[in-house]
Amino acid sequence: MSKGRIRVLLAKPGLDGHDRGAKVVARALRDAGMEVIYTGIRQTPEMIVEAAIQEDVDVIGLSILSGAHLELFAPIIQGLKKKGREDVLVIAGGIIPEDDVPALQQTGVKAIFGPGTSTGDIIKFIQNEMTQRSTR
Amino acid sequence: MANKTKQEWHDTTLAPALKRAAERQDKFETSSGAEIDTVYTSEDLPEFDHVRDLGYPGEYPFTRGVQPNMYRGRIWTIRQYAGFGTAEETNQRYRYLLEQGQTGLSIAFDLPTQIGYDSDHPLARGEVGKVGVAIDSLRDMEILFQDIPLDKVSTSMTINATAPILLAMYIVLGKRQRVESTELNGTTQNDILKEYIARGTHIFPPRPSMRLATDIFAYCAKHVPRWNTISISGYHIREAGSTAAQEIGFTLADGIAYVQAAIDAGLDVDTFAPRLSFFFNSHINFLEEIAKFRAARRLWAKVMRERFEAKDSRSWMLRFHTQTAGCSLTAQQPHNNIVRTALEALAATLGGTQSLHTNSFDEAYAPPSEEAVTIAVRTQQILGYESDIAHVVDPLGGSYYIEHLTDSLEKEAAEYISKIDSIGGAVAAIEQGYQQREIQDSSYRYQKEIESGKRTVVGVNRFVSPYPKIVGLLRVKPEVEKRQRERTAQVRKDRDNAKAKQALKRLEDVARSKDNTMPAFLECVDAYATEGEICDVLRKVFGTQKEFLVF
Repeated sequence: MSKGRIRVLLAKPGLDGHDRGAKVVARALRDAGMEVIYTGIRQTPEMIVEAAIQEDVDVIGLSILSGAHLELFAPIIQGLKKKGREDVLVIAGGIIPEDDVPALQQTGVKAIFGPGTSTGDIIKFIQNEMTQRSTR
Repeated sequence: MANKTKQEWHDTTLAPALKRAAERQDKFETSSGAEIDTVYTSEDLPEFDHVRDLGYPGEYPFTRGVQPNMYRGRIWTIRQYAGFGTAEETNQRYRYLLEQGQTGLSIAFDLPTQIGYDSDHPLARGEVGKVGVAIDSLRDMEILFQDIPLDKVSTSMTINATAPILLAMYIVLGKRQRVESTELNGTTQNDILKEYIARGTHIFPPRPSMRLATDIFAYCAKHVPRWNTISISGYHIREAGSTAAQEIGFTLADGIAYVQAAIDAGLDVDTFAPRLSFFFNSHINFLEEIAKFRAARRLWAKVMRERFEAKDSRSWMLRFHTQTAGCSLTAQQPHNNIVRTALEALAATLGGTQSLHTNSFDEAYAPPSEEAVTIAVRTQQILGYESDIAHVVDPLGGSYYIEHLTDSLEKEAAEYISKIDSIGGAVAAIEQGYQQREIQDSSYRYQKEIESGKRTVVGVNRFVSPYPKIVGLLRVKPEVEKRQRERTAQVRKDRDNAKAKQALKRLEDVARSKDNTMPAFLECVDAYATEGEICDVLRKVFGTQKEFLVF
């Protein structure tokens, strides 16, 4: 990857309005030197894919606390594939039971950051992934 | 100790001790970053006037509580927020909770119900029955309250943008059960302003939303006199990351906006103000929270008496529900949450709450399992029936520190209200993103404090150890969505369609006029018009409101 700053889209799929986590992460990533676009709440999978392509991001961070993650993450990954953008790193956070993590990872969500995660760990994860990709 | 001043004690006794051993922290602070002194004495309350600042319980300014004998008559209402899946499943949970000695119901609705979409709407995909029960039409309400007589329970509904519709369903359901609307007891949250600030289930722009809210005030004053028409909520403001002072400042500023809107709509303050209620968070800062509840009560009494010149003493009383802090729960070592919740519940009761929800230990993962919610209910019963805290009113009143903290929180909250007044009131401030920005700054600071280790969260950043996975988490099955869609389709098929259409048309006309909308909502739900259909009419008339996003 020759681009300088890592571009991240943070999005809230589903209908829940709990945006504390998304906003905290957005600010932490920005403080870590990334370019962050935050969509706001109530985004459909289609809107998120569209925004990711328009903004040409490297990373999508999905935040959801409504329990609709199994239904809503898969169409996002499929949408990216359809547009030929399976290179985008997709990660997620929120209230997601551990039992659902393997299924989500199988769809193509690279990592799930649950409650209590330090923003430092998220930053490190993104930076490592991006470095690996650019040296591939 | 006789004639020593605090300063002299500091110099002669404290300072030498500190020289020998430093304290655990450089500074001890409240949630808003105010420094906490080592000890408090009468010197910290130089202007304290027992009669003016405290008074007696049940009397202005209600610092010590709204009832003269508080929990000696009966303890607070144990009211667990509950709802998931379809009406059948939630009805079973309600009956279980009532059997366990719960004394009031509290309906959690799913997100499509809160945002005005039927379960078969494309945006409802994956959300049906997840965070609450799915209610599309009166038919669902009938099932939800199967074998629960409405004249025997009080029911709180966490419903805001669609509050008039759900209230209308409850009133019509009462009629079906032969319970008069004058006998109904309960609460509609009906607090749209905090949705724009922190919770995010708004539908319409602020102006028509305020009208719908005050239509409920006016209608209930005449027809449902025991209904709490609104629950002005700081809970979600705190969950979004505010400080304790911001929680009461922003909430009371919202309260002021509702009172002013109702007065502007032509209502006399004393006809509706006694039915206003509040909802606060009880967070992990035990002492600060107790002071917060007392400060909120005193400040609201002054606002109602001095600013709005209410004459009825019931208009001055801040009555409130409390929920322990969801955001203080940890996914790590989840059983520790039982202790956190007990501590927070204790603060709420020492602060004089009227009703209480205690969180279940598994809620950092999913809605509570039956086992977890039983422990949460038992926690309240231990506090209320086993310990001595319900035997006496405001036991911490007169504590130098609690009184000092009550004063300073009241002052800080009043400053936020002045700031919001200077912007042009709560609505104008929301439109400019003032409260949202303040909350975001506080929540970011809080997160930084956890990550730097300045703030301890046991099991997360200190005393970390492996913990067993929780088994038996509640899962809402995917069939729920399908079953609910089918039922709603069946309702549309079975009803008198002409009647439903006519009612929806009348609602449209009323919405365009200045008349009270409640009778038209009653007619719509009675004809089994669905919530989505009703909201489509309102979206057409009022338009919709995007989030006032600050980032």
